[in-house]
Amino acid sequence: MSMEVTQLLINAQSIDGTVRKHAEESLKQFQEQNLAGFLLSLAGELANDEKPVDSRKLAGLVLKNALDAKEQHRKYELVQRWLALDMSTKSQIRAFLLKTLSSPVPDVRSTASQVIAKVAGIELPQKQWPELIVSLLSNIHQLPAHVKQATLETLGYLCEEVSPDVVEQEHVNKILTAVVQGMNAAEGNNDVRLAATRALYMALGFAQANFNNDMERDYIMRVVCEATLSPEVKIRQAAFECLVSIASTYYEKLAHYIQDIFNITAKAVREDDESVALQAIEFWSSICDEEIDILEEYGGEFAGDSDVPCFYFTKQALPGLVPLLLETLLKQEEDQDLDEGAWNIAMAGGTCLGLVAKAVGDDIVPHVMPFIEEKISKPDWREREAATYAFGSILEGPSADRLMAIVNAALTFMLNALTNDPSNHVKDTTAWTLGRIFEFLHGSTIETPIITQANCQQIITVLIQTMKDAPNVAEKACGALYFLAQGYEDIGPNSPLTPYFQEIIQSLLSVAHREDATESRLRTAAYEALNEVVRCSTDETSTMVLQLVPVIMLELHNTLEGEKLSMDEREKQNELQGLLCGCLQVIIQKLGSEPTKYMFMQSADQMMGLFLRVFGCRSATAHEEAMLAIGALAYAAGPDFAKYMPEFYKYLEMGLQNFEEYQVCAVTVGVVGDICRALEDKVLPYCDGIMTQLLKDLSSNQLHRSVKPPIFSCFGDIALAIGEDFEKYLRYSMPMLQSAAELSAHSSGADDEMTEYTNSLRNGILEAYSGIFQGFKNSPKTQLLIPFAPHILQFLDSIYMEKDMDEVVMKTAIGVLGDLADTLGSHVGGLIQQSVSSKEFLNECLSSDDHTIKEAAEWAKHAITRAISV
Amino acid sequence: MAPHEIRRPFKRRPISDQQKRRELSLLRQSQHRSDAQQRARNLASSVISLQSSSSDVDPEILFEAVPELDEGTESESSSFDVRQASRLRGPEARKWFARQLMLPEWMIDVPDNLSRDWYVLARPAGKRCFVVSSDGTTVSRVRNGSILHHFPSALPGGARKKGASGPANSYSILDCIFHEFDQTYYVIDMVCWRGYSLYECTAEFRFFWLQSKLAETGACDPPSFYHKFRFSAVPFYNCDQTGLHSAYTGSLPYVKDGLLFYNKHAHYHTGNTPLVLIWKDESCSQYVIDTDNNGEVPNQQHIVLELQEEGKLVTSDDPPVPFSCLNADFVKQSGLLSGSLIRFAIGDGGLNCVDGRFEKADLQYIGVSNRARAFADSYSKIMFQYMARHSPLKVEDLASTISHENQQDKTPEVEMSD
Repeated sequence: MSMEVTQLLINAQSIDGTVRKHAEESLKQFQEQNLAGFLLSLAGELANDEKPVDSRKLAGLVLKNALDAKEQHRKYELVQRWLALDMSTKSQIRAFLLKTLSSPVPDVRSTASQVIAKVAGIELPQKQWPELIVSLLSNIHQLPAHVKQATLETLGYLCEEVSPDVVEQEHVNKILTAVVQGMNAAEGNNDVRLAATRALYMALGFAQANFNNDMERDYIMRVVCEATLSPEVKIRQAAFECLVSIASTYYEKLAHYIQDIFNITAKAVREDDESVALQAIEFWSSICDEEIDILEEYGGEFAGDSDVPCFYFTKQALPGLVPLLLETLLKQEEDQDLDEGAWNIAMAGGTCLGLVAKAVGDDIVPHVMPFIEEKISKPDWREREAATYAFGSILEGPSADRLMAIVNAALTFMLNALTNDPSNHVKDTTAWTLGRIFEFLHGSTIETPIITQANCQQIITVLIQTMKDAPNVAEKACGALYFLAQGYEDIGPNSPLTPYFQEIIQSLLSVAHREDATESRLRTAAYEALNEVVRCSTDETSTMVLQLVPVIMLELHNTLEGEKLSMDEREKQNELQGLLCGCLQVIIQKLGSEPTKYMFMQSADQMMGLFLRVFGCRSATAHEEAMLAIGALAYAAGPDFAKYMPEFYKYLEMGLQNFEEYQVCAVTVGVVGDICRALEDKVLPYCDGIMTQLLKDLSSNQLHRSVKPPIFSCFGDIALAIGEDFEKYLRYSMPMLQSAAELSAHSSGADDEMTEYTNSLRNGILEAYSGIFQGFKNSPKTQLLIPFAPHILQFLDSIYMEKDMDEVVMKTAIGVLGDLADTLGSHVGGLIQQSVSSKEFLNECLSSDDHTIKEAAEWAKHAITRAISV
Repeated sequence: MAPHEIRRPFKRRPISDQQKRRELSLLRQSQHRSDAQQRARNLASSVISLQSSSSDVDPEILFEAVPELDEGTESESSSFDVRQASRLRGPEARKWFARQLMLPEWMIDVPDNLSRDWYVLARPAGKRCFVVSSDGTTVSRVRNGSILHHFPSALPGGARKKGASGPANSYSILDCIFHEFDQTYYVIDMVCWRGYSLYECTAEFRFFWLQSKLAETGACDPPSFYHKFRFSAVPFYNCDQTGLHSAYTGSLPYVKDGLLFYNKHAHYHTGNTPLVLIWKDESCSQYVIDTDNNGEVPNQQHIVLELQEEGKLVTSDDPPVPFSCLNADFVKQSGLLSGSLIRFAIGDGGLNCVDGRFEKADLQYIGVSNRARAFADSYSKIMFQYMARHSPLKVEDLASTISHENQQDKTPEVEMSD
């Protein structure tokens, strides 16, 4: 058997497709027929030093893939299958794996490390393989350096795989001790030291307790800092990666070390290999991220003791840090603007400078201005570009007051550079900087406008001219126009853009039609700008937007005329369809209400026909965009949308079934809501099918969880639309709502992301309840809902008591209380009076600063008063 | 362990315009949702104030209705609580249960849109029965309402067992075929589940619910002390070429007796329905042509009709199809009562059809039908049996209808490969 496995694994890497395929199939068969035997022979292969390296590596890889998968449900399946194996098989496999760590072949050891971590990831939470960590730790003291190296690597992967709470603190301490000792300068072997440094990176999440202990923290920090000075570049890089991770994980513990770290990072940025310098810059970017978050959350005024205070590390470092970053800006690569994948020290430095500006605000300006003034007119393009980039970088963060004078003075210069500078780089960065000016310093919130009657024409002329430049420059000009339009979003009835509207639209369409429009995302940028111009347009220009309808429809029509296309062309075609559907969606929303609605709806039939054909093209992006557009169309069409339903329904169903491209599914769920509101009771004939799909979606473990809350909201939309006819779905939807409610009432506290999800789930559930209560209101079948009232009130009470709901949930929750009282009236008067929600929660909402919460609360109070007075 | 790539967005907006469109759509939708709810609230408030001022709602009446809630206050088909029915004994119980099954019509012509709107499944050979689990026991009743088995099962409420799934009062009703050979109840449809009625749901939903819920209870596990018979969901297919082929030729753990066709959109309809069809031929059923009491195929086709007032002979359809008339004297002489089920043979004159519709029949009186029967034959059964003897509807006819449908569905741009 083992010879055979070796051959199969070698054949599975054959260049000959038939041989490879045959081997893959045989392996698959083996796996299906005898999982235990299969895994065991793979582990045996991996451990056997007499076997070829290639077959051993693949054996390890296949073994790893039999333990883990990307998709949640598949992963779950694999875990269950592993756990179900008999003990003796598992312990033989474990023994093989541990043995492999001593193999002389580095690749094989590394593969085994990863497999051990996967097994640990499954078994440790189940309290299985308890001796693993002890036996790994005993390896550390063995002589051959390669065993030590492999063991450290394994510990690193293990920390990445396993959650800290399943490992005893005693073991955590020992792991960290072993890892940090391995990093120490005293460790003579570079491979061991590198493995230890990389392992620490992954183990940092385990070091919570150790970072709270001054002595242990000092020791760890000292060893990490020393490792940044290692003669071996890979060790230095890995050590800086540790510092980056510490910056975000243990920000509040850094005060004592920050000066030393500054010195180390400055030296690395100036002198070290680029791979190391990039990490050194990233350290400061991460510090900025932390401080920006803290300052955003607390508005700078720190109060309370459990939260993290801002230590203003960035501000203190300004005098040294800013010059350091400015120096990096001069190290541009020739073609970085043309290469999508480029990332170099100049880009990292510029990005960090932008973050510093966000973190410190006004204080950055004096540190940067001399650099800009000195270099902006230099003959060397690098200096001009660096100066422009520095200027663009500091536009977000400092106050408008602080920047206004500088920007006003620079604007003419910028427009001039955009027209006349010979360098593509300088023009690219200048157009980008103009975009940043419009993004942050132009709009209704700015007191003295940057764009005035005097310069508006010139700005637009220059931008339109620049759209004919090289694709990368033209793309930035489109972006600038995007923000220029956005700034006039709530300008009122008269927009300064009106006189130029036609010309802008024409120019954007010509850009989209440029032959090189697919380079540098130019076409996308052109349509995005077009969308924003339309979105922010006023009634003055609505006839021009109307004229745009047949133009965009014709373009969409042309993409659907099916010539034979190559894969690549088809992909571009689908992308274009997505852009055009997106554009139509924006137009529908603009024109779909009075006074343009009537004119616009003349095109609805044709437009719908096009969308249905787009669905035929099976591209997820185009599908999603067309779906969004249809949602907007349904809202505009109202009950008239019914005529499209027979044809559209199957695509709706298809969308709801699209588990893999969950964005499509999510968007479709939203469109179901639009359709319910448009058709009201006319949606009834489609509800069986829709509800069936929605229930399937909810019970699927393949569907991305973010789609589930909107599905609950959608129940509410359906109930509100069809009223008491929702009766027949109560028996399926209510138990699902109930169990989701139980789950969401108490699952908070894990982390911000979880809290956010929990709140969106609660909101969905509550919207469903609201829709259902309102749908049944005044129906003889109202009493059907009485049995659900106790649970719903309990749900409201428990989320109130958890004290972690956001404003949106608060508003929806108090609304549900009102709906319950309103619909069920005196039948639930007693129950309501017993609930916490009807007292503390209601009072809290009544005194809320948020007027929508207050409004909902007043309605609830009104309904409750009536319910208990009868 | 490779170094960790870092890369931040460069000269790019943090969100794409597509993401912005998505977010704006969500915003619009949630705005419209809260507008709609706001309208509903305002509407309701005004109605409520009217009501409370005129106070024409008698809370007592409303409260009385409450206790029945979880027992399904349903329309006719299920209005009679099945748990009450399970307390019925003897003939009463038989009568009630006999009317609860959805009975397929026989397929005498192929319905439209077979591949789009219909499911196909291979009917297991055996006794069609209604399985009710409730109050800690499970009872199966065959078509005429008499009890087949009384047993504990893992169905909701199906056994007196602590910690059994669901509340004590939950009950379920399954439409099954009991397959003698492996002593298994093959579930072909789900009528109620955990106290919730599925009568008003489409077949598509019922089948989905059946497939997802049955296994959860352990009802599909091998028999054990608290679970005397195994249950198994019958596989069903979309009625396209592959589906038809799978149902017709696929190997299954049970002996087949014809194919059942379910219209996906049809609700569970008690009694005969044209939205469920049965079709058989020799290769998928041992019982294509009806046998007599000795299990032999008689030379002539036998049919059972119900005698009505004035000697009218009708089928079991709703409304009944009149087939013939008995002479009043003959009725009197033979002591036949209105409502009797009477067996006839079809003579050489056969059935005469005009434009595909039954016109008249050459019937020869045999006698009163055996007492176990609850119903006369249906029109479609008589016709199917007649066709089976003369010019049967073949599986090829079904297949060719489906492929014809498919061709119509295809857009003209598509090139045919053959």
